Amino acid sequence: MNNGPSSEDVLKDLTSSEYKYGFTTDIETDIIPKGLNEDVVRLISAKKQEPDWMLQFRLDAYRYWRQQPVPQWGHVKVDPIDYDNISFYAAPRKKATVGDVDPEIIKTFDKLGIPLHERDMLLGKTSGAELSAVETSSTMAVDAIVDSASQKTTYRDKLAELGIIFCSFGEAVREYPDLVRKYLGKVVPVRDNYYSALNSAVFSDGSFVYIPKGVRCPMELASYFRINSSGTGQFERTLIIADEEAYVSYLEGCTAPMRDENQLHAAVVEIYVHERAEVKYSTVQNWYPGDKLGKGGVYNLVTKRALCAGDFSKVSWTQVETGSAITWKYPSCVLRGDNSQGEFYSVAVTNNYQEADTGTKMIHIGRNTRSRIISKGISAGHSQNSYRGMVKVLPGADGVRNYTQCDSLLLSKTCGAHTFPIMDIQNPTAIIEHEATTSKINEDQLFYCQQRGIKEEDAVSLIVGGYAKEVVQKLPMEFAVEAQKLLSLSIENSVG
Amino acid sequence: MSLLEIHNLHASAAGKEILRGIDLTINPGEVHAVMGPNGAGKSTLSAILTGNPQYEVTQGEILYKGRNLLEMKPEERAWEGLFLSFQYPVEIPGVSMVNFMRTAVNAQREYRGLPALTATEFLRMMREKRAVVQLDNKLANRSVNEGFSGGEKKRNEIFQMAMLEPTLSILDETDSGLDVDALRIVSEGVNRLKSAERSSIVITHYQKLLEYVQPQFVHIVYRGRIVKSGGPELGDRIFAEGFDWVKQEFEG
Repeated sequence: MNNGPSSEDVLKDLTSSEYKYGFTTDIETDIIPKGLNEDVVRLISAKKQEPDWMLQFRLDAYRYWRQQPVPQWGHVKVDPIDYDNISFYAAPRKKATVGDVDPEIIKTFDKLGIPLHERDMLLGKTSGAELSAVETSSTMAVDAIVDSASQKTTYRDKLAELGIIFCSFGEAVREYPDLVRKYLGKVVPVRDNYYSALNSAVFSDGSFVYIPKGVRCPMELASYFRINSSGTGQFERTLIIADEEAYVSYLEGCTAPMRDENQLHAAVVEIYVHERAEVKYSTVQNWYPGDKLGKGGVYNLVTKRALCAGDFSKVSWTQVETGSAITWKYPSCVLRGDNSQGEFYSVAVTNNYQEADTGTKMIHIGRNTRSRIISKGISAGHSQNSYRGMVKVLPGADGVRNYTQCDSLLLSKTCGAHTFPIMDIQNPTAIIEHEATTSKINEDQLFYCQQRGIKEEDAVSLIVGGYAKEVVQKLPMEFAVEAQKLLSLSIENSVG
Repeated sequence: MSLLEIHNLHASAAGKEILRGIDLTINPGEVHAVMGPNGAGKSTLSAILTGNPQYEVTQGEILYKGRNLLEMKPEERAWEGLFLSFQYPVEIPGVSMVNFMRTAVNAQREYRGLPALTATEFLRMMREKRAVVQLDNKLANRSVNEGFSGGEKKRNEIFQMAMLEPTLSILDETDSGLDVDALRIVSEGVNRLKSAERSSIVITHYQKLLEYVQPQFVHIVYRGRIVKSGGPELGDRIFAEGFDWVKQEFEG
């Protein structure tokens, strides 16, 4: 009767769209034997040709970590991690090729939609198989990290003209040791928690950013993390310093191949913000979430924190979390400078057997400090999605304001949404607002869409997209489009 | 071939029987008015025709373009040209009208084997159709029905109808809550879409709309059945005398 696709075709189409980034790249990898002990820490440090102070930093961290019990407080079920069965360092071996990056790696990033050619990107030329919003962006500098090692950082020279340092962490340790030493571990101390100690012992690479006084970084800076090897963990370290009156917008994206095993990703991100400086940090996290039965997937156990050290400084975290089997992260703001501001915008989507325990901490130390928390949880399948947040106001912090809005949307009868808000207010002048809602996907909205000819799946993704819009629109444009697509993908076939 | 044939339709919602044997045939080009006291089953009929999952058919059959309508999913019915102007249009926060309509129009085009409209083509079409119901451009850029006044919501329904060009449209009390000007605009919108192929079912309590759209057939629904059918004169009698005589005739 008609030439259009039948409903079965449509259904088949939808169910077969799986994790798109699950491929592996066949590259020669330098990988160290599995297990963790002091020799491994020394070996990592040696491979990275680090100075002695760096090695001592690692060894202190390792010794502390070894004595600590595994934390159990998260609302997640993490199978015990066998640290003897993980390799803590894997780096693509460099080949003698044109330029300095293995063509296979360039191809990999092309496939992921992340351009490693500066010129191509300026022209907005699409190089990969898929047209990605990231590729059509105007200008963005990229630090590409595969497993344990940074592969390439684009636009370094152009940024250097402004005094901006954007390079891999390893290079920063060698080339700017004083800066690294001054700030490393100042926002997230080695002994902050179990995973920050582990990261401090074995971190292999990551990005380093320094924006000098009064400089507004003219382009988005992006780190792209890719786990490629099997049986490895990724432990990256990011350190961002915004000097007085500086501004930078920083993006982070992540993917990993589909594997049956659980892979560990334990990162630390530290942001140090001086007087009147501003840092925006955006994440689109899409690590492999495991299959439909909950097998495999990345354990994403991350410590992210910003210190608003100077007066009138500002930090804004925006995250769209769709991947990982387990997510455990709380990007936080320590508001030490008077009149400093912290923001946290989050969309966390869980489907199948994913578990997310995420939120933020806003620690108000300075006077007239303000914070804003917008958290949107979307749960489907058999997943568990928890918001855990803390607003703390210290006795000396007069005139604090906080607004927290915490919404949960349930797409199935078998998923769970939980909120664990903690408020510790030690100053009576604080004005704290907290709003929370939990709702199911609205059947009237669904039917309204379907009556207009919008397929149920598309209707769900429209409605969910609308629900998440307040957060997604905080992302830089290039990322916002990508994030919308990801949201739709992660909730496919999830209403029931 | 008739466009729609309803035979002995029984339906319930939340376990309560509402329709108790509806029979109705609609041919291409016809306009049918459905009237009746509150709770008679008028809105249930439109919900059943469009496949609202909150209602259940317990008996009977519906043929639409010769196909078993009850086997089709709600979106497939829409692609085949069935449209409902909702009595209570639904708000969808965060979803712009533009995005909503583009998804709907392109889904229909895909079903019909047509290529998706480009952004330019689509926006041009929006502009033309907006003019039909004098819908403000600002509304088109807002979230679906969010913050719309009652009248704006109804005009927005007719705007969507103009965009989707349905074969059979059901107007479920589209006139209620409209002031005189809005009613005229909505009616003109409806009339512009009339053709020899297109049919409509107009559910209403008021005379004004029927004066504008001029149905050839009027049906009175009472207690889940069509108890009386006739021409425009039946509508005139209802407006003059109310439903009491129908109730008495039916029960007496």
